[in-house]
Amino acid sequence: MDLAFTPEELAFRDEVRAFLEASLPAATRRKVLEGHEVSREETRQWQRILFERGWGGPNWPREFGGTGWDPVRQSIFEEESAAAGAPRLLPFGLKMVGPVIMRFGNAAQQKRFLPRILSGEDWWAQGYSEPGSGSDLASLKTRAERKGDRYLVNGQKTWITLAQHADWIFCLVRTDPAAKQQAGISFLLVDMRTPGVTVRPIMLLDGSHEVNEVWFEDVEVPAENLVGEENRGWTYAKFLLGHERTNIAGVGASKRELARLKRIASQERKNGRPLLEDPAFAVALAQVEIDLMALEITNLRVISAEAERRAPGPEASLLKIKGTEIQQAISDLMMHAVGPYALPFRREQAEGAGPDYAAPLAATYLNLRKTSIYGGSNEIQKNIIAQTLLGL
Amino acid sequence: MRFTPTAEQQQLGEMVQRFLAEQYSFEARRKILGSREGWSRELWSKLGELGLLALQVPEDHGGMAPAVVETLLTVTAMGKAMLLEPYLSSAIVGTVLVRELGSAEQRAEWLPAMAAGERIAVPAHFEPEARYDLKSVRTSGKRSGGDWLLEGRKSVVSHAPAADLLLVSARTSGGDGEPGGISLFAVPRDGQGVKLTPYSTVDGSRAADVALTSARGTLVGEEGHAFDAISTAFDLGLAAVCADAAGALQATLDATVEYTRTRKQFGVPIAKFQVLQHRMVEMLIHVEQARSMSYLAAMRAAEPPSRERRRALSAAKVVIGNACRFVGQQAVQLHGGMGVTDETAISHLFRRLTALELTLGDTAHHLERFVAASTAEGT
Repeated sequence: MDLAFTPEELAFRDEVRAFLEASLPAATRRKVLEGHEVSREETRQWQRILFERGWGGPNWPREFGGTGWDPVRQSIFEEESAAAGAPRLLPFGLKMVGPVIMRFGNAAQQKRFLPRILSGEDWWAQGYSEPGSGSDLASLKTRAERKGDRYLVNGQKTWITLAQHADWIFCLVRTDPAAKQQAGISFLLVDMRTPGVTVRPIMLLDGSHEVNEVWFEDVEVPAENLVGEENRGWTYAKFLLGHERTNIAGVGASKRELARLKRIASQERKNGRPLLEDPAFAVALAQVEIDLMALEITNLRVISAEAERRAPGPEASLLKIKGTEIQQAISDLMMHAVGPYALPFRREQAEGAGPDYAAPLAATYLNLRKTSIYGGSNEIQKNIIAQTLLGL
Repeated sequence: MRFTPTAEQQQLGEMVQRFLAEQYSFEARRKILGSREGWSRELWSKLGELGLLALQVPEDHGGMAPAVVETLLTVTAMGKAMLLEPYLSSAIVGTVLVRELGSAEQRAEWLPAMAAGERIAVPAHFEPEARYDLKSVRTSGKRSGGDWLLEGRKSVVSHAPAADLLLVSARTSGGDGEPGGISLFAVPRDGQGVKLTPYSTVDGSRAADVALTSARGTLVGEEGHAFDAISTAFDLGLAAVCADAAGALQATLDATVEYTRTRKQFGVPIAKFQVLQHRMVEMLIHVEQARSMSYLAAMRAAEPPSRERRRALSAAKVVIGNACRFVGQQAVQLHGGMGVTDETAISHLFRRLTALELTLGDTAHHLERFVAASTAEGT
C-alpha cells in the first residue's frame, strides 16, 4: 500500500505540467482561473492543441487514436489540467458517444466519427432527457419510425447542454412502442443541420444560456446512423453511463476552486483582519478542505481498483454525490466571502461594483445547483448505491 | 500508487480477523466487559504469541516497526471486534515512547517484555486543565538525589489500572504550554505516591485519573526534550484511533444493513423503505471517507514530524469524528427500540464510536488544529 505516485507517474505528471505551462493559451487559462465562461472557440482550440500533441483522447485506447493511458495517468492528466486552468474537455464526444461507437458502432461509423471527435471538428450534444423523462429516463417518448433506409424522428429533447454549438447529437429514441419500456429504445446519431431540427434556448437562473430544448419534426435520419442493433439502445446507454462517471469526483477542479476561495478570503477583510483568519470562516473552510482531502483519497482508491481489474462500478455514484456536494459548498463559501458584493448581479451591468473577483460568484453559486441534479440526480445515485453496494 | 496490501500483509490482516472472530465474539467480549479487570490477560498473551504486540517494536528487539500497513490492518480488525485490551495505550503509544526515548538498557528491558505481553506500559500525559493540548504539562519533575520526584495530576489515563508502568510526562523546565522542558518518566503503577482513581469509560474500557505526590520516577530520554517523541507517539496513536474507528464504523454499517433486512414492519423488511436506504447510503459514504482517511493517517504518521503530518492527522480525525457521530447515531436510530438496549451489539458499537470521537482530540479540537497547521504561524 502506497499513497505516493511511482517515479514513472511523477515523471508523467511533470511532462503534463510542462506541456500545460507551454501550450495552454493565457487568455483561456485566466478565464478559467477567475471563474468566467469559456467560449466555444476557446474550447475547440484547446481540443485542437491537445490533438496536435497526440493527447486528444486522454481516455481513449491507442487503436482509435487515443493516448492509451491507464486510469492513474488519465486521472493525473485531468487533475493537472484542471489545476492549471485548462477548459474542461467536452465529455459528450470523448466520454459519451465516443466510447459507445468504439464498443458498439460499426467500422464505417468508427472511421467517420471518431477522428473528428479527437480533432475537435465535431461538437457533440447528448439527447437523453425529455420533458416527461428525467430520472425515469426509460419512459422517453421521442419516436423514430423506420421508413426504408431512413428513420423518421419526432419528439422533444430537453436540457441539452450547449446544443447551440453542436454539430451532432446522439439520441435515445423509441423504435418499438409496443415493447417493455427499456426494450424499445435505440441509439441514434443525428446531424444537427438536418431539416426539422430546432434548437430553443432555455435561460438559466444565473442568466446563462447553457442548455436548450431540441425539437424534432419529421426529421429524416439515414438508417446507417443507428448505433448497434435496433431496440438495444438502453444497454448502450448504461455502458455510456459508466464512462461518463470517470473523473466524476472533479477533485482537480475543486482544488483549483478552493485555491481561488483562499485567494479571495485573504483579500477580503472582516473586523480589520483578512477574512481567512476569521475563526468561523476558517472552520467552515477547513471543513470543506478536509472533505476534499478525503474525497481525493477515495477517488484514488477507486482508480487504483479500476487500474487493477474493473470498469467503473457503483463507487462512482459515491464520488458523484460527494464531489458535487463539495463543489457546491465551495461556491457557497466563495459567494459569502465577498459579503454584500455578491449582490450586484450579472457582470456586464455591475462593472466596477466591488472587486472584480466578486462579479461571477453569485452566478456560479446559482449555476452549480445543477451538479447535484444532472448526470443522474444525487438521489438516483443513492438508489444505485443502495441496490448495488448495500445489496438492498 | 497502490492501495492493495502485499499478500503477506493481507494474510496478517485476515489472520487477525479470524482470530478475533473466534476468540472475541460479542458474548465473549461481554464476559470480559463484566469482569473485575475489564480486560483479558489471557487474550493479551495470545496477541503477544501472534506477534501482534511487536508491530511497533524495532527489529533489533524482535519487532516489526514501522509496520505501517500491518498496524493499520490489525487495528482495523480490532476496531471491528471492539477490543477492550490496552492495545492503543501499550502496544502503540507506550511502545513508541520507549522505542523513541528509552536508553539502550531501558529498551532492552522493556520492549521484548511488552512485545511478549508480559509488561504493560501506558502513557500518562494529559492533564485536567489541558483538554487535548499536547504541550500543556504542569506536572512537575524535580531532581532528588539520583531520582526524580513527580508532583501533579493526570486525567483519563487509558488502561492505567492494567499497567505495570506509567510513562508520565512532567515539566522539568519552561512554562506551561511550551514544548521545551517536558521530560518523560517511568513510574511503577503501584509505586509510592501514585494514587489511581479507576473507572470505566463510555465504551466500557478502563481508565483512571492519576495523582502523583512525590512519586519516584526514572527519566526516559533526555531531560527536557521529550516533546517530539510524545508528539510522534500520539500521532501514531491518532492514526491507530482512526484505523480502529474505520473497523468499528464498518461493523456498525454492516450490522445496520443486516438488521434492516431482517426486521419486518408493515409486512416488509424495513430495508425496503427508501428513506432508510438513503440514510444507510449516507452512512456508507461516511464509512468510505473515514476508511480513506485512516489510510492517509497511517501513512503520514510514520513520517518525520512536519506541518503536513499534523494537518493530515487532524484532517483524518475530523472526517472520522464526523463519521463516528453520524454513523453511530443513525445506526441506533435505524435499530429502533433495539438500538437503545444493552443486549445488542449496536449499542456497544455506538458507545465505542462515541468514545473514539472523544479520544486524542475531538472533532472541534482537530478542526482548530488543522486551521492552525494550515496558517503560517501554526506550530
